[in-house]
Amino acid sequence: MTEKAKRNYTLKVWRQKDAHDAGRMAEYRAEGISPDASFLEMLDIVNEQLVRKGEDPIAFDSDCREGICGMCSCVIDGRAHGPGAATATCQLHMRAFEDGATIVVEPFRARAFPPVKDLVVDRSAFDRIIASGGFVSVNVGSAPDGNTHLVPHPVAEKAMDAAACIGCGACVAACPNASAMLFVAAKISQLSLLPQGQPERAARALNMLKRMEDEDFGNCSNHGECEAVCPKEIKLSNIARTNREFIRASVCSDE
Amino acid sequence: MKLDSKIPSGPVQQKWDKHRFETKLVNPANKRKYEILVVGTGLAGSSAAAALAELGYHVKVFCIQDSPRRAHSIAAQGGINAAKNYPNDGDSIYRLFYDTVKGGDFRAREANVYRLAQVANNIIDQCVAQGVPFAREYGGTLANRSFGGAQVSRTFYARGQTGQQLLLGAYSSLMRQVGKGSVKMFPRREMLELVVVDGAARGIVCRNLVTGDVESYSGHAVLLCTGGYGQVFYLSTNAIASNCSAAWRAHKHGALFANPCYTQIHPTCIPVSGDYQSKLTLMSESLRNDGRVWVPKKKGDSRSPDTIPEEERDYFLERKYPSFGNLVPRDVASRNAKQMIDEGRGVGDTGLSVYLDFGDAIKRLGESVVREKYGNLFDMYHHITDENPYKVPMRIYPAVHYTMGGLWVDYNLMTTIPGLFCLGEANFSDHGANRLGASALMQGLADGYFIIPYTLGGYLASSKLPKIDLGHAQFKAMETAVAKRAQELLSIKGKRTPGDFHRALGHIMWDKVGMARNKKGLEEALREIPKLREEFWKDVNVTGAGRELNQTLERAGRVADFLELGELMARDALHREESCGGHLREEHQTPDGEAKRDDANFAYVAAWEHKGDDAAHALHKEPLAFEEVHLTQRSYA
Ligand SMILES: Cc1cc2nc3c(=O)[nH]c(=O)nc-3n(C[C@H](O)[C@H](O)[C@H](O)COP(=O)(O)OP(=O)(O)OC[C@H]3O[C@@H](n4cnc5c(N)ncnc54)[C@H](O)[C@@H]3O)c2cc1C
Ligand code: SF4
Ligand code: FES
Repeated sequence: MTEKAKRNYTLKVWRQKDAHDAGRMAEYRAEGISPDASFLEMLDIVNEQLVRKGEDPIAFDSDCREGICGMCSCVIDGRAHGPGAATATCQLHMRAFEDGATIVVEPFRARAFPPVKDLVVDRSAFDRIIASGGFVSVNVGSAPDGNTHLVPHPVAEKAMDAAACIGCGACVAACPNASAMLFVAAKISQLSLLPQGQPERAARALNMLKRMEDEDFGNCSNHGECEAVCPKEIKLSNIARTNREFIRASVCSDE
Repeated sequence: MKLDSKIPSGPVQQKWDKHRFETKLVNPANKRKYEILVVGTGLAGSSAAAALAELGYHVKVFCIQDSPRRAHSIAAQGGINAAKNYPNDGDSIYRLFYDTVKGGDFRAREANVYRLAQVANNIIDQCVAQGVPFAREYGGTLANRSFGGAQVSRTFYARGQTGQQLLLGAYSSLMRQVGKGSVKMFPRREMLELVVVDGAARGIVCRNLVTGDVESYSGHAVLLCTGGYGQVFYLSTNAIASNCSAAWRAHKHGALFANPCYTQIHPTCIPVSGDYQSKLTLMSESLRNDGRVWVPKKKGDSRSPDTIPEEERDYFLERKYPSFGNLVPRDVASRNAKQMIDEGRGVGDTGLSVYLDFGDAIKRLGESVVREKYGNLFDMYHHITDENPYKVPMRIYPAVHYTMGGLWVDYNLMTTIPGLFCLGEANFSDHGANRLGASALMQGLADGYFIIPYTLGGYLASSKLPKIDLGHAQFKAMETAVAKRAQELLSIKGKRTPGDFHRALGHIMWDKVGMARNKKGLEEALREIPKLREEFWKDVNVTGAGRELNQTLERAGRVADFLELGELMARDALHREESCGGHLREEHQTPDGEAKRDDANFAYVAAWEHKGDDAAHALHKEPLAFEEVHLTQRSYA
């Protein structure tokens, strides 16, 4: 096997014992790292070394490690999910960082995402937004045959593009206003495009946007930072569609 | 202990209808008097919790992740089966049933599999109604594709993200109930004990993963929907938090564990590249629809693939299995890849992979069609390997993917502990010794949406379950047990990390209880695992404290349970002196290397009973009768 040259890094990592702790940056060395290791595998290596020394390892969230669960959530060198395009933190590989680099690692910060520990934050506000309207009210057993409503191929594809959101919160972390608009818009778009979403279309848009505000997310003022960091390339056009849904719901809904 | 599978009498087609009719119902007004605890929010748990709350039950739901939407089901890629027969290509409920029993190498219960095939069509309808954006044909109808082990096109899919979309559908139904107040959600909780009172499951004890507090919850029934135990191999396609702890605790309280050795090794994963690796990534089997698997005919041929001429390539699956070709079932595809590599014909730097080549598909369909079908999988591959699969063939190798074994359940999905039900990958019920592609999603949602709402009602309506409160001695005893175990782990202060032990266990499991097993290796594993477990309890180092977010402690607890389960897997594999599906005993093969079953002696479910930490497990057998599908040697030639 041809060994790729190992690399060494300096890490500056946000450490915060719990929600009440003020927190601080701490420095660590990451040595002998393969360029094919993922960013989180690099953190694993650093953590194993810390545990061997009896020190508290860096707490961070991850689960699927393949960019689909939305659990991983680091701001790396000032960018949510780090330097890669269309990648979650877990999909970033160390080949993206030059040997000898200093890498700064912080949590997703936002008023609506309270800190938990180190790089771990509380994103349950997203669940509450979905609970306010991000669904179709259809009880088990009452569904018609799947082919009852035809969905044109391009519409299905567009709905799928929006539905691909993994609920990671990078859009919030990147937004100067800490708005959750891209996340909310992705769900509203998906369901307003599909025939199944029509009956509750207006209520859904109003309730979800209201809930977003109540959860202390900021307003959208069209910076577009969200789209740039989104690991699933959720488009800003979803926000435009959501704004139209909001107007439609406020002005001319019969629901 | 006598195992009663409670399979209804009568023809297989009528069993479920008859059972539903005969099962007692809970009066609508009484449903709200029942409290149901659902552990796990994958497809099985989310769908069960939503369906039960819709019926009026009070439901409490627990998961390890920070949100129910992140359960491991989210990662499923390829699709979900149903016998809609939309393509008009000869599918039927009976054929789906037949394929699944055969695919499981005749080690599943016919009655369960038939029911699964029966409700599969309702699943598709339900998911469509929730707004799941399944792939569509140009006319707007639902699209299908083929998966391994079937000659019809019955797999529904949402790009390469089917699990994500189905889970988000179930999650949205779950969150709708949370919004209505009928479900209370407890994320970042890990169930670490089961509470059994008067012989029935009445509660759970969890660790709050944020504060470290030990918390108790009581209910009238407990549903374990906690997923599979593939992480016992350390490297697998499962998510990092996937574990066996909830099921294992239940096992220690008396729930039998069935067929623990049945594990599925998936043929199309990205090969291992180094020892830093924390997980393996699956490339969906749907890729085998258009990708062609090959190795060079010559041993040790290190030319780059594009310079190897057609006649010097061995498309070994197409050669050996002309009618199924690249779409043979997973166990067959995995074993053949291993065989090529053992012959020295593996490719890549490590020699530990085979090619999955899309060159022909791109020529035939054009890059844009291939991109639309598999774009996200190709991107994923590119990210991980730094190689562009539109230009060079993918390299793949088998990896641990799914566990067919799990808690033994009867036809009602109830374990041997009354009131303790088990759904989804965590139970053993429907896939026999090998699961066909796109049937785990089907099973998880069948269990949750369409089976448990009936069978749970039957249990509740026919049981006397007095009110108990959290002050009950059994709750206190289990809280103490959880706290004590954490304290024990924290006080060892040894030299090796939980990860060190996990990797060591994984090596033993992969080498000796993996893709091909033999008596000698299994006996070695049975010596090595207990030894490793002993070292663990003497030398593991768990930093930090109990009453805080402590990921090292979480990991250590899970590894401790894997160190026990791993041994039972080896014991089960050793006792099963035959090959079937994913369980290949090298001593039992046909001359051309296919699994050779021994139906006279092993057509049974092996259900193991825990007899105490220092005693050997006891084996119970549930005989399997095949009335519909005749026992034959599987053939995909
Ligand atoms: C990469 C990949 C691709 C796949 N693709 C397909 C496919 O295309 N088609 C198909 O049919 N199948 C596929 N499968 C298999 C399928 O995804 C799984 O078998 C299925 O999703 C399992 O669902 P589940 O609900 O049983 O469990 P999971 O989704 O694993 O959920 C387990 C839940 O239990 C919780 N939990 C576990 N332990 C505890 C505890 N102690 N306390 C509290 N909560 C706990 C977890 O937090 C989680 O919420 C794939 C699997 C993988 C790994
Ligand atoms: S819109 Fe993009 S960045 Fe925001 S939560 Fe969804 S996937 Fe993450
Ligand atoms: S760990 Fe799942 S998206 Fe990164």
